[in-house]
Amino acid sequence: MSKTELINELKLAFPSYSVNEGGARAMVSAFCASLNPTVDELSDIRCAVSEAVTNSIVHGYRNTIGTIFIMVRLYSDRTVKIEIKDKGCGISDIEQALQPLFTTDPAGERSGMGFTVMENFTDSVVVRSAPGKGTKVTLKKKLSKLTQNR
Amino acid sequence: MLFSDYNVNIIFEDGVLTAFIKGEVDHHNAVAARRRIDRELEEKRPHELVLDLGGVNFMDSSGLGLILGRYSKASELGIAFAVCNPTPATMKILSLAGGERIIKIISDEVK
Ligand SMILES: Nc1ncnc2c1ncn2[C@@H]1O[C@H](COP(=O)(O)OP(=O)(O)OP(=O)(O)O)[C@@H](O)[C@H]1O
Ligand SMILES: [Mg+2]
Repeated sequence: MSKTELINELKLAFPSYSVNEGGARAMVSAFCASLNPTVDELSDIRCAVSEAVTNSIVHGYRNTIGTIFIMVRLYSDRTVKIEIKDKGCGISDIEQALQPLFTTDPAGERSGMGFTVMENFTDSVVVRSAPGKGTKVTLKKKLSKLTQNR
Repeated sequence: MLFSDYNVNIIFEDGVLTAFIKGEVDHHNAVAARRRIDRELEEKRPHELVLDLGGVNFMDSSGLGLILGRYSKASELGIAFAVCNPTPATMKILSLAGGERIIKIISDEVK
């Protein structure tokens, strides 16, 4: 068995303007494309990244503009690891935040499904957060093996 | 303040207001689409609102919020509501929240 190695890395930092949501998910998915994911895998990654970035914009940096940091790492075993980080307001009860349909912003027409989407579209979602400090979401997805008929 | 050039085409015919939503429905674009659709709803007071999602090539939970939000708004105003031509990816998001159980979903073939 060969050792799992880091084969590529991307780092992004950008201000939390909502217009950057589209660019952020497009850049991450373009970077992951070098691993030759399926169309569905790429579309799942795009959606999960969009959820985390949107959360930093609408919750983390609510009423302010701050910097969003993204790091993507591609590994030789076809695992993609994506960190999305903000230095915003943080989450006081992470377990509650992860519940489907839980939202602190119903007036903003949020339905509390962002983390549920991330969980359904990736293999693992880890949230680290502290009130007043910020939030880091780590997504991992292992891409399917390359086969001839793909 | 940056404004989206997001495009929603609206047709009002026989009391039915159809909003054709195109492109990527994320939080940024959903805010603009919501404003546009709600303005038309208040102005035209249709008996039915249809969101045609056939032209959507990306949607996340903010798009879900847009759909569920228009559903509640229409219900409040006593207006019937339906979603038309969702792509498989859109259906995946809709069904995560059980949306297909509360919202009427139609396709052009049966319209
Ligand atoms: N980066 C963040 N900073 C601060 N709070 C956050 C952050 N991300 C999520 N939260 C909190 O967790 C809750 C749940 O997030 P989730 O994405 O599941 O739902 P939502 O954003 O409220 O709604 P939706 O994603 O469906 O539009 C949010 O309402 C918010 O209170
Ligand atoms: Mg969210």
